[in-house]
Amino acid sequence: MELIKELPAIFAEFGEQRKNSFVRAFELKQQNIPFVGVFCSYFPDELAMAMGACTVGLCSTSDETIPEAEKDLPRNLCPLIKSSYGFAKTDKCPYFYFSDLIVGETTCDGKKKMYEYLGKFKPVYVMELPNSQSPEALELWKKEIIKLKNKLEEHFGLPITEEKVRKAVHLRNELRRALREFYQVMRLDPVPISGLELYNVLNGASFRFDKAQVTQEIREMTQRIYDEYKTAHKYTKGPRILITGCPLGGVAEKTIRAIEENGGHVVALENCGGAKTVDKLVDEDAEDIYDALARRYLDIGCSVMSPNPNRLDLLGRLVEEYKVDAVVEITLQACHTYNIETLGIKQFVNEQLHLPYMSMETDYSTSDAGQINTRMTAFLEML
Amino acid sequence: MEQKLTLGIDSGSTTTKAALFDGKEIVRTGMVPTGANPKESIQSLYQQMWSKDVAYTVSTGYGRALLDQADKQVTEITCHARGAAFLNPDIQAVVDIGGQDSKAILLDRDRNVVDFLMNDKCAAGTGRFIEVMMRTLGENLEEMDRFVQGKTPANITSMCTVFAESEIVSLLAKGVDKGDIALGVVQSICRRTAFFAQRLKLSGAVFFSGGLAQYEIFRSTMESFLKLPVHTHPLSQYAGAIGAAVIGYQKASRSWN
Repeated sequence: MELIKELPAIFAEFGEQRKNSFVRAFELKQQNIPFVGVFCSYFPDELAMAMGACTVGLCSTSDETIPEAEKDLPRNLCPLIKSSYGFAKTDKCPYFYFSDLIVGETTCDGKKKMYEYLGKFKPVYVMELPNSQSPEALELWKKEIIKLKNKLEEHFGLPITEEKVRKAVHLRNELRRALREFYQVMRLDPVPISGLELYNVLNGASFRFDKAQVTQEIREMTQRIYDEYKTAHKYTKGPRILITGCPLGGVAEKTIRAIEENGGHVVALENCGGAKTVDKLVDEDAEDIYDALARRYLDIGCSVMSPNPNRLDLLGRLVEEYKVDAVVEITLQACHTYNIETLGIKQFVNEQLHLPYMSMETDYSTSDAGQINTRMTAFLEML
Repeated sequence: MEQKLTLGIDSGSTTTKAALFDGKEIVRTGMVPTGANPKESIQSLYQQMWSKDVAYTVSTGYGRALLDQADKQVTEITCHARGAAFLNPDIQAVVDIGGQDSKAILLDRDRNVVDFLMNDKCAAGTGRFIEVMMRTLGENLEEMDRFVQGKTPANITSMCTVFAESEIVSLLAKGVDKGDIALGVVQSICRRTAFFAQRLKLSGAVFFSGGLAQYEIFRSTMESFLKLPVHTHPLSQYAGAIGAAVIGYQKASRSWN
C-alpha cells in the first residue's frame, strides 16, 4: 500500500509546537516508516516493531476537539474518546493524520462503538478483545494476535517473521525493564523527583520511536537521579500517594499538581502508561511466542475485564513496594468500567490494605480545578 | 493574663461566616452575605471581628484564599468536621448542605475525618436547589417550617435543578397547593442528600449543618431518610467558621505554652 507522506491542508494554521510534531512525523514518513495508530495498551506493540513500523498512541488529551466530536457522538461520553475522535476528524493530530492503519480493540463500549464511525474516514482494524481472562479468552486472544499479524503483513506488504517478533519482544521487554527501574526511584523517601516528572517521563517514552535509544536514555536518567540524590535531596517527606484509575493524559497536570502543591507526593502510578502497562514482561523463552504475547497482554488489569483481579494484585504490590500512605483514584467522566470499579477498589484499599482512599471524577476541562484542589487538600489534611 | 482569641472565617458561596474562640467557648459570631465580591465580604467581616486579642486567624470555604491576613488556610471539610464535633461531641458523621455543594463526612473515634464525599458538580442537592424552588413558588425560605406545616408532599421527581423548576411550574399550573410543593421539594433534597451520604456507610449520630439545618422540617426529614438520629445546633450554620477557629486555637496555643 501507499504510505501517507503529505502534510495536511490545515498545516499552515497550526501553532509552533504542533507544527514541530507534524514535521517530526513527516520526516519519519519520508524514510518509508509506516505508522500504526493505536488507542490501547492491549495493542501488541511487538508486531508493529517486527515490521519496522512506528506505533503511535492516539489517545488524545485536550478538550480542543471535543465540540467537533460532539457533532457525531453523545455529549455524556468519556472525554478521551470524544477528544480522540475529534482529532481524527479535524486532522489536527500528527499521529492520527500520518497513521497508515489504526488498530483498535473491543475494550470499553464507548471506544468500540466510536471505532465504527472512525472506520468511515480512516483505515481502522479492530481486534476482538475478550472481556475475561479465562482459558477460552486466552485462546481467542491468541487467534486475534495472529490475525493481526496477518493483517499487518497484508496491509503493508511487509513480512513479520518469528525471528523478528522475538527480537522485538526482547527489545520491548528491555524498555519495560528500564521504565520499571526508572519508576522504582520513587521507592526512596523523601522522593527524588516529583510525581509530575515521573508522569512526564513515562508519558514521553511512549512517543519515542527508537526503542533501543529511549531504553538507553532512561537508564542513564535513572542513574543520574540516584547520583544527584546522594548529594542533595530536592524534596522533603510528605504523604506518599498512589494514583490509580483511568488513563491520566488529559488530567495529569491538574490532578497531580493538586496533590503536590498541597504537600503530598505522587510515588506510584498504577494507570495506563504507568505500572499497569510496564509491570509485566512477555516470556522471551516461550516455545510459542504468540502464546506468550497473548498471555502478557490479556493479563493487563484493565477495568474492561470482568472480573479484574490483576488490578488488585498490582495495587497491593505497589502499595507495599512504595510505602504508600493513601490511594487516589482518578476517573474520567462517563468511563463506566472504571467508575463502577471505584466501589470495589475503595473496599479493597480500605479493608484489605487499611489505607485511606478517595476517588474523583473529572474531564479535560479546567472548570473543576478549584474543586479538585479543595478535595485533594481535604484528603491530605485527613492523613 | 491577657485574653487570647482565635478567629475562624468561612467564605461560603452564599454567606461568609466568622467565629471567635477563646479556647473554651465561642464568644462571638458574625455573618455577611458573600454576594458578587467574596473578597470584599471576607475583608469586611474580618475587620468587624478582628481585635488586638486575636492571636491567630484561619480561613476556610471556597474563598479561603481571599484573606491575606489569615495565618492558615484549611479546607471546609476539615473545618466542618472539627466545628461539628465541637458543637456536639457525640456525633460520628456530618452532613452539610451548602450553598453550592453538599458534603458528607465520616469521623473516627477521635473525631478526625476518616472519609468524605462531596457533591460539587451540580446544583441538585445543594442550598441553591431550595433557593431556586422557593423563588419559583414566590415564597420566603425563612418561613419554611410554618409554610409546610400539615401539608402533603407533592412528588418532585426531577433531580436536576432546571428540570425540577419546570416541574414545579407545571404543578402550579395544575393548581397544586404551594405548601404541598414546598414540602415535596424538602423531601426531594433530603432524599437525595441522604442517599449520597449513605455511600459512606454512616452509623451513629449525624450532625446536620449548613444554612438549611436551622429549619426543623429539614432536620426531621433528613432523619427519616437517613434512619439515624440527626442533630443540629443553633450555631450549625457557623460549623465551618467554628472549626476554623478551633483548629487555629490548637495551632496557636502550641506556641503559647
